Amino acid sequence: MEECILLDAGSGGRASQRLIADCFQRHFSNPYLDRMDDAALLPLGAGRLAMSTDSYTVTPLFFPGGSIGTLAVHGTVNDVSMLGARPRFLSCAFIIEEGLPLETLERVVRDMAEAARAADVRIVTGDTKVVQRGACDRMFINTTGIGEIVADPVPSGSNARPGDVVLVSGALGDHGLTVMAQREGLSFLSDVQSDSAPLNDMVGRILNAAGEIHVLRDPTRGGLATTLNEIAQQSGVGIEIEENAIPIHESVRSGCSFLGLDPLYLANEGKCICILPESAAEAALAAMRESPFGREAAIIGRVEEGAPQVRLTTAIGGRRLLGMLEGAQLPRIC
Amino acid sequence: MNQNPFAGFADPALCRRLLARLEQALAGIPGGRMRFMEVCGTHTVSIFRSGLRSLLPEGVEHLSGPGCPVCVTHDAEVAAFLDMAGRDGVILATFGDLLRVPGPGGRSLKHAQAQGARIEIVYSPLDALALAAANPSDTVVFLAIGFETTAPTVAATLMLADQRKLDNFCIFSLHKLVPPALRALLDESRSDESASPCGIDAFLLPGHVSTILGLEPYAFLPAEYRVPAVVGGFEPADILLALCVMAEQLRDGAPAVVNAYPRAVGDAGNPRARALLEEYFMPADALWRGIGRIPRSGLALRPAFSRRDAALRLNVSLPEVPPLPGCRCGDVLRGRLAPPQCPLFGKACTPASPVGPCMVSTEGSCAAYFKYALRA
Repeated sequence: MEECILLDAGSGGRASQRLIADCFQRHFSNPYLDRMDDAALLPLGAGRLAMSTDSYTVTPLFFPGGSIGTLAVHGTVNDVSMLGARPRFLSCAFIIEEGLPLETLERVVRDMAEAARAADVRIVTGDTKVVQRGACDRMFINTTGIGEIVADPVPSGSNARPGDVVLVSGALGDHGLTVMAQREGLSFLSDVQSDSAPLNDMVGRILNAAGEIHVLRDPTRGGLATTLNEIAQQSGVGIEIEENAIPIHESVRSGCSFLGLDPLYLANEGKCICILPESAAEAALAAMRESPFGREAAIIGRVEEGAPQVRLTTAIGGRRLLGMLEGAQLPRIC
Repeated sequence: MNQNPFAGFADPALCRRLLARLEQALAGIPGGRMRFMEVCGTHTVSIFRSGLRSLLPEGVEHLSGPGCPVCVTHDAEVAAFLDMAGRDGVILATFGDLLRVPGPGGRSLKHAQAQGARIEIVYSPLDALALAAANPSDTVVFLAIGFETTAPTVAATLMLADQRKLDNFCIFSLHKLVPPALRALLDESRSDESASPCGIDAFLLPGHVSTILGLEPYAFLPAEYRVPAVVGGFEPADILLALCVMAEQLRDGAPAVVNAYPRAVGDAGNPRARALLEEYFMPADALWRGIGRIPRSGLALRPAFSRRDAALRLNVSLPEVPPLPGCRCGDVLRGRLAPPQCPLFGKACTPASPVGPCMVSTEGSCAAYFKYALRA
């Protein structure tokens, strides 16, 4: 019989201990976790810290290019990185529906361990709850990340200034379309895959090359359009974007066209938007392109005076508003 | 990477050439103006989203007519399907857009769902049939909205329901027909002096609907009303070509029905789809939001298929309902009011909290203005 997770595994007793030792600790092992005290004891520098938390509920659990496990690491690592910080430690909490095959859990945990290693962060504390069938959709994961601030000044959504240049680190919409295609069983979209990736290394390179970054954001849910609108509002500036300059894979473009979706509103899990003074733009672009996750980076627009909105010059040379995502009925994608 | 086969239809140089041709034709029209109306949500969105709207010559005015099936769904129809929702043993299957359409009192299927009604979002009537198969002890009601494009698929689904003996599947037919609505719009603007400033000079005919209908059903437009009517595709160059053709007809005083989308639309349409449609449905009067009753502008199930009629099975009729207070979607749909001129637009009525259906549907003209039009 296939081994699966029983309610006992979240009870705190022996069954919990076995799961922790045989699965979590086996894959996540590091000196901070292995102390196995009630909390992790962490050495951190004297400076300022960045901290972020996120819960992951994506369905399906596995998809081309990643899984709920890679997202749980990359998503939080990226959020911490967006403050110009070096992510160091993660917590992780699992809520598991009883009956989940142990093998599925292990696959997710292995993905998390590999993603953490690749991003050079340690998973130092965790928790497991098992809930009755139907009380959650197989598995939810929460991760919290802590990192040391490296950037000075610290990037913020409210720091965009007229004259600044807007960069994206690569092609947009891959993750959102991949998950949607998997959910709806759209087999003709076989050549798209999630961009799930850690951005901390790239952010380090940009900081080294450009010095001053005004805004750093990762356009996850709501996509590029929604994130740019948030920045325009927070900073009280207009943002001008060239549609032709936005990198989008042809497979994503045609898939979106078929499904009536707009790739600018689709989620990304391995991309960042970087807004900085024009004088530093080329250096930042070169730094992005040096990273394996930034080969298709591009300058897509600039910050201007005016009403806080995002204006798009379209491929045929027309102009229109690039608005916020408005209550679209999208499935859970992260 | 795939090559996008439609990239050429958004080629900037081609669009510039077509724009020049449009300007030239316009110069030959007395007054140099052309008010065209499209009656297809996909056209609405494409014209805004491509930025084409901002490139149109000054004399060209774009009106978004009753082309979004959600937007034309009447309050009384909403009240009727809200009545069905929440009944014991009933599962409503609907396209997602209908979920948020407000009915009397602002209540929508979303509210009904929160109160426990069984409502499933489907992407095709075939999904609704699958629901019927999976829930044999329940009655599955598919909310059949849409124009001539979607109705044949519904007819095909009814055929499959018979073949598979799924007696628990039925539909609530809210289908609407495009040509009768075009006639009603022209009759109204001709008969009503006050409406003359909103007169329609030409129609951009819906590409999707025309794949089924072909050209013949539009013949009355030039013949009886002397209005050019051009079937157009959905890429920027497709739309521009259609606009050039209608402007040239206006210039030459030679209105006609022209197919400017031959790569998808055959002049004869799709006779097989129409035959299937006619087997199951017959024309019936229908209520259009903001316009009212239009003779023979809807589709009712033929008597032989009355067991598939949700209204009969659940004994639901269209109630008299008061119009939504303050909502001017009706004037917007008739081209009498641009969305930003509505006092509710962007204030009480936004896509996040829509008052009227034109703001609910992603293809509604108010939603398109809100989403795409630059604000000062």
